[in-house]
Amino acid sequence: MVQTRSSVKQKGRYGKFGGQYVPETLMTALIELEAAYEEASQDPQFAEQLEYYLQDFVGRETPLYFAERLTEKIGGAKIYLKREDLNHTGAHKINNSIGQALLAIRMGKRKIVAETGAGQHGVATATACALFGLDCIIFMGKEDVRRQELNVFRMELLGAKVVSVEKGSGTLKDAVNDALRYWVTHVEDTHYILGSALGPHPFPRIVRDFQRVIGVETRRQILEKEGRLPDGVVACIGGGSNAIGMFHPFVEDEKVALYGVEAAGNGIETGLHAAAIAGGKEGVLHGAYMYILQDDDGFIQEAHSISAGLDYPAVGPEHCYLHEIGRAIYTSVTDAEALAGLRLLTETEGIIPALESAHAIQYAAELAKQMRADEVIVVCLSGRGDKDVQTVRDALGGGAV
Amino acid sequence: MNQVEKSIRSCIERGDKAFVPYIMAGDGGLDTLRDKVLFLQEKGATAIEIGIPFSDPVADGETIQQAGERALAEGVTLRSVLGKLQSFKEEVKPEMPLLIMSYLNPILAYGVDGFVQSLRDSGISGLIIPDLPLEESGLLQETLAANHIAFIQLVSLTSDQQRMAAITGQSSGFIYAVTVNGITGVRQGFDKALALHLTRLKSISPVPVLAGFGISTPAHVEELSTYTDGVIVGSAIVEAFHTGDTHKISRLIEASKGKETADH
Ligand SMILES: Cc1ncc(COP(=O)(O)O)c(C=O)c1O
Repeated sequence: MVQTRSSVKQKGRYGKFGGQYVPETLMTALIELEAAYEEASQDPQFAEQLEYYLQDFVGRETPLYFAERLTEKIGGAKIYLKREDLNHTGAHKINNSIGQALLAIRMGKRKIVAETGAGQHGVATATACALFGLDCIIFMGKEDVRRQELNVFRMELLGAKVVSVEKGSGTLKDAVNDALRYWVTHVEDTHYILGSALGPHPFPRIVRDFQRVIGVETRRQILEKEGRLPDGVVACIGGGSNAIGMFHPFVEDEKVALYGVEAAGNGIETGLHAAAIAGGKEGVLHGAYMYILQDDDGFIQEAHSISAGLDYPAVGPEHCYLHEIGRAIYTSVTDAEALAGLRLLTETEGIIPALESAHAIQYAAELAKQMRADEVIVVCLSGRGDKDVQTVRDALGGGAV
Repeated sequence: MNQVEKSIRSCIERGDKAFVPYIMAGDGGLDTLRDKVLFLQEKGATAIEIGIPFSDPVADGETIQQAGERALAEGVTLRSVLGKLQSFKEEVKPEMPLLIMSYLNPILAYGVDGFVQSLRDSGISGLIIPDLPLEESGLLQETLAANHIAFIQLVSLTSDQQRMAAITGQSSGFIYAVTVNGITGVRQGFDKALALHLTRLKSISPVPVLAGFGISTPAHVEELSTYTDGVIVGSAIVEAFHTGDTHKISRLIEASKGKETADH
């Protein structure tokens, strides 16, 4: 693995961010996971096995597509889309679910617990469990169950048990709480497939490594197509897994600007948003030290976004570090702007992006406008929008477009 | 030796076992905190663990989660609890130490130095942080020691011999032995292997060992006190205060009196 300056220096730390803030009951499982992952990542057979499933089951590699009409319409930098929406199950989440399911099997654990927000990680994990014959239980906030009804049914079809979490805001944060509680109670035979680059060490690293395939392919593809590296790379940030997977192979390339797009919900100034870097403070949630939306007393606040997958009040520790050292730029896009981005891509390219990815599209369109025609940017199109069609329809006021 | 360990040891010398009730500060309103503390003191609690409500209590089961939500709805915070405790600290006997149980983030938001100072001002003798394992405990280790506040560590059923030794070596006051894999809450019974685990833990621990999580009946108290220096009872106390069943609390405490450690 390439040693970059964002690599772990202190164990499980990205600068001051990260760490292992969990109940003692989970520590042994985390230590075992770290050892198992260390061993797996040195084993060529594990790499081969992962490669096989990513290629023949997930459908990698995904194309790097030149969005010509979008580029023309914007009239600035050339825009490429990394088509993670074309993965089996429709988002980048499957890269991590397959990797961690293989890891769980290696550890002799055949029961899986996971949380899900948009349902994409839940569907990807339920899919991996069906593929490998593993037991699967998914925690999902009640609000997300409502917003992503079809994904709930999809998970159930795949044989997973979906538990609706009624507590708190009924979104991703509450689903993670209950998934952690479940894991503490069943830790001896169950592996927790965390869905983003979050949580206690070694999760942020494992998830990043399984998502690095996005950036590794993009780097090779853009060199083939343009003969050079891009000027900018853009990705949306929920917990940060598609973004870190995309960014990581470019971190050492100082000339490549990295842009992470958080969800500004109703607008940062309204307080109703999910932009933890823009509007949060340092603290500890779900096992890691990161930027978190919280009040003065240290109570975690609810995040707000039209996009269930970005509705999380913190950002993974490696992004916090990239922000702190100024290597990546973090910005945000509101619900309304994301909807505009979704329509823009749909109308110009015939691709309906996930609402999460629409945040990245919208920011990339603004960015491209400020850039020259001989410059190049790549957007991580993290998922397809089928799951969001109902939400978009409601947001646009029901019937006719 | 700090006050927490002293109180537990003198309780054992009297031929009793330690009984540490947990209460959720602010459940029923912050004004009930004084009454609860003084009631438990009168009934013979060895020490009292005062829980701070938190928005995301991942180590807690339904009962304590709900108590926490009720307290949060009352606007209770770490700051307001410490303030309230300071207001009646003269009424709490020095030999009946108060402990704070808080998740880490409210402490970070308070600021570590200011927090430790406030613990002193409120007469707090010990601290338990359920989401701060040994690996991260350096954050508070020195400052708590310098201020003579016991930093109570948890050992779980999943902690292996090596970790047990490392954790017991670091803990002050007592060792909090988690009796189940899981979160707090009422349970029917305990794993057969538990007795062995507790006996082993007690044999290597330089500080007293108290068992907690899932202990909810006088029979549980008696059973687990056999292998340890005493128990911590959370959900059952929280529930009893909530429903007003103070009788049950007296009976639980009674069960820890006049018990000897089993010979092994
Ligand atoms: C399509 C899509 N993109 C992005 C995200 C956000 O997650 P992350 O920041 O981990 O990539 C999600 C989460 O559900 C998603 O479904």
